[in-house]
Amino acid sequence: MTATADRKVRSNREAGARAGGPVDSIDAAGLGRARAAGLVAPALVLVLAFLVVPAAWTVYLGVTDYRLTGIQAANPEFVGLDNFTAALADPDFRNSLWLTLLFVLGSAIVGQTVAGFALAWTLRTVPKLVRSVVETLVLLAWILPSSIVAFLWVAYLSGDGGTLNAMLQTSGTEWLLEHPMASIIVFNTWRGTAFSMLLFSAALGAVPPSQLESARLAGAGAFAQLRDVVLPHIRGHVLTNTLLISLWTFNDFSPYLLTAGGPNHASETLPVFIYNKALYGGQLGYGSAISFIMLLINLVIALFYVRLLRERR
Amino acid sequence: MASIRIDGLTKVYPGDVTAIDGLDVTVEDGSFFALLGPSGCGKTTLLRTIAGLEEASGGSISIGDRDVTRLAPGDRNVAMVFQDYALFPHMTVTDNIAYPLRIKKVGRSERAAKAAETGEGLGLSALMARRPGELSGGQQQRVALARAMACQPDVFLLDEPLSNLDARLRLEARTFLKRLQKDLGVTTVFVTHDQSEALAMADQIAVMEAGRIRQLGTPSEIFRRPANTFVANFIGSTPMNMLPGKLVGGVLQVGALEGVDAVAAGWAGREAPDGEVTVAFRPEYARVDGKGPLVFEGTVETTESLGASVLVTARTDDGQRVQVVVPEGEEPEVGAVVGVAPASGRVLVYDAEGELLSPSSSVP
Amino acid sequence: MRTRSVVGRLALVAFLAAVLAFWALPMLWLVTAPFDSQPGLDVSWPDWTLANFQKLSENPYAFSSLQNSVYLAVGTMLGVTALAALAAYSLSRVRIPGRNGILYGLLLLSSIVTGTAAMVPIFQLMFQLNLIDDRSGVILVLTGGLLPAAIFILKDFMDATPKSYEESARVFGASPTQVLRHVVLPIVRPGLATIAVWALVNVWSDFLTAYILLRDPAKIPAGVVMYTFYSEGGQANLPLISAFSLVYALPVVALYLFVNRRYGFRFHGGIKS
Repeated sequence: MTATADRKVRSNREAGARAGGPVDSIDAAGLGRARAAGLVAPALVLVLAFLVVPAAWTVYLGVTDYRLTGIQAANPEFVGLDNFTAALADPDFRNSLWLTLLFVLGSAIVGQTVAGFALAWTLRTVPKLVRSVVETLVLLAWILPSSIVAFLWVAYLSGDGGTLNAMLQTSGTEWLLEHPMASIIVFNTWRGTAFSMLLFSAALGAVPPSQLESARLAGAGAFAQLRDVVLPHIRGHVLTNTLLISLWTFNDFSPYLLTAGGPNHASETLPVFIYNKALYGGQLGYGSAISFIMLLINLVIALFYVRLLRERR
Repeated sequence: MASIRIDGLTKVYPGDVTAIDGLDVTVEDGSFFALLGPSGCGKTTLLRTIAGLEEASGGSISIGDRDVTRLAPGDRNVAMVFQDYALFPHMTVTDNIAYPLRIKKVGRSERAAKAAETGEGLGLSALMARRPGELSGGQQQRVALARAMACQPDVFLLDEPLSNLDARLRLEARTFLKRLQKDLGVTTVFVTHDQSEALAMADQIAVMEAGRIRQLGTPSEIFRRPANTFVANFIGSTPMNMLPGKLVGGVLQVGALEGVDAVAAGWAGREAPDGEVTVAFRPEYARVDGKGPLVFEGTVETTESLGASVLVTARTDDGQRVQVVVPEGEEPEVGAVVGVAPASGRVLVYDAEGELLSPSSSVP
Repeated sequence: MRTRSVVGRLALVAFLAAVLAFWALPMLWLVTAPFDSQPGLDVSWPDWTLANFQKLSENPYAFSSLQNSVYLAVGTMLGVTALAALAAYSLSRVRIPGRNGILYGLLLLSSIVTGTAAMVPIFQLMFQLNLIDDRSGVILVLTGGLLPAAIFILKDFMDATPKSYEESARVFGASPTQVLRHVVLPIVRPGLATIAVWALVNVWSDFLTAYILLRDPAKIPAGVVMYTFYSEGGQANLPLISAFSLVYALPVVALYLFVNRRYGFRFHGGIKS
């Protein structure tokens, strides 16, 4: 961000920090800068070692022909941008990029946002018991370990006695094999809607009731209230929500637990693609190049998000 | 018990923001001293610098005979009551009051006894086992005071002591604080932006603006003879009447009263140069009966009840607004023509820089 | 007006029924199958036997994997909470040179360098450090990954705590350590609890990090064992899987109920918890 934006954030925060006082105090705790830096250091060292170094390493690995085994494992050679050009030419990679886009659009931007908002909106008015039952279920789907929920869905969608087929009278349909992308999109909507629901509930709670009431007094129906009063208020939340869940969905590894990318790459989203190529297939250099592309996409989404946060403060 | 001496104190924040600008002041031993001013004038910074929470950029602070300028807050033997009281929410009232003693490594039973004694003095005995969250604002304030008293400091520092109380409690707390300060006899400095609070409680008031003291004096000095237009505007619950005028050869000319000789009478003390001036008097120090050397004729626009008195606003023919406070029941009708006459000896004249010109009390 | 409200109510009920079915149906198996003497993949009324748990206790990897999960989760939780608390405290209270840069960098890092995007270099790094197949290595990686968000949440928490508490203690002569022990830590305890629970749940549920960094079946945690139970060839051992799923899920459910009752499920800066 620009320096001016930075300064604006700081002065705003200081103005709020101590009403009446002119400037935020420099050292409220009486720690002294050296001691304060000493307290931050251990955390920073770990972050540096296990986040910054790996991120930087993708660049190095990405421009070599490093492999897990064989000659190149002992003596990797510099190959320049070969890995990147190879990736762009690789139909499997382009397929994976396309599937990832579908996955993010379908399960995050459409599925989780719509379901999350619908839940937040309807749960405001239902009896407390119904509300807490629904919320608990949606939240459990979110916080249960991924390998458990993955198996629950493997069982649920199984062609060999799965519950879904039993209910739909479609015995024998192997959903994960016949409709792998649709399956993981529905699965991820089920898994991740809780976040949008919580965020929209908080946002709707902050819409001033007086504005809704004056809209109702003016004769606005439910739809008009939504459009004219609610949406303008929660526009920022919608954007935050979209960015965050896109980021998480983009980086989600759980499709691997359901389909492992199969059948025949049909559900191989980018994280799964990297795993299969680099750690399963041993092409570390090539996998790193893809990782680097992924980091770049993350960076773009994160920059949008950070800008949004700063504007809001 | 100790006096506080501040010499040439300067506080500059990073980014060249000067909060305190070469300030000198002495707070007498045992006095109740108010730092008064609008927000951002540096009064809170001054208090925090005395406490040691801010480091002075220049100058010195002495408490008693000790130069404390470079001492840590804990070594200055001062106690501070914060605006939000800063009672530790996880400790009971007893533990809160005893906290300074815990730092001084006083034994547990002695601490509890001392806390009970201090609490009793402030009427807190029934509340000693509660936590701050279960207390009213007034009770919290008394706990904060008890905690400050428990460490028997040389100096009390109070940051906006009444601002967290509701209006009714505030009046009670004023009386209570003033009596407590007199009983304890501890030198006390408090910060406030509310001039009525300062006038009511303090022995001495320092009115501050932009990191400097604009006037230092007793409440009555400051109320009767503000040293400059800033103080004149800031002090008083009804705004001071301020009218443009001119001095020509020692003769004061104000609006429609051009060339009235009588005004020149009683001009004593320092020589008054010719030029633009501001003529000021308090609405409380004027009448509507039109008697006196200086009379402003005007038409009554509004009357507002202040309870036992009424604020009358009149407008003179040349458009100046003049306000006067009259006893209830004696206010003129709206539309009536009245002669507003400041009481003799209550008219203040400020020069073009806004400094008080009339050092004698007999103008006109 | 009347018919419209009746239609509206019916639509609401239908919507809620659909929502309940969508979220509950896949989850039901977790409650029924473990107590069925012959669990299938479908949901059916169980005959309430504990035989499956008997089988579970005989499996050599089930118990050890849960132990490993506890080890990883507790280790990471302690590391994250302690380091994040110290860092957040000084970042919140002291204007260290470059503070804004550090915070900005942490915010970006926590969203960009995810476990999935960085799995290749992390594997490579741990390989070079000789930490493959070492549980401490997993703890280090997970701690590094969770720290930025933890620092952020805790810093928000500390920023919301008035500085006058510490200043008050300082005027009474408390040393920085005493300020921290007597005042700051007790006051921010709810924030620390939040971070601790959040770290526990995250690590307990982790699959990928342990999956790529651990090989030895005696060292792998429950998340990975669960996957090997159903992904390895042959007929899935449903009695074992169902009982294991339930045991593995219970701590998360218990923590959820605890947090929900104690604090309500509040919102913490958009982080899974």
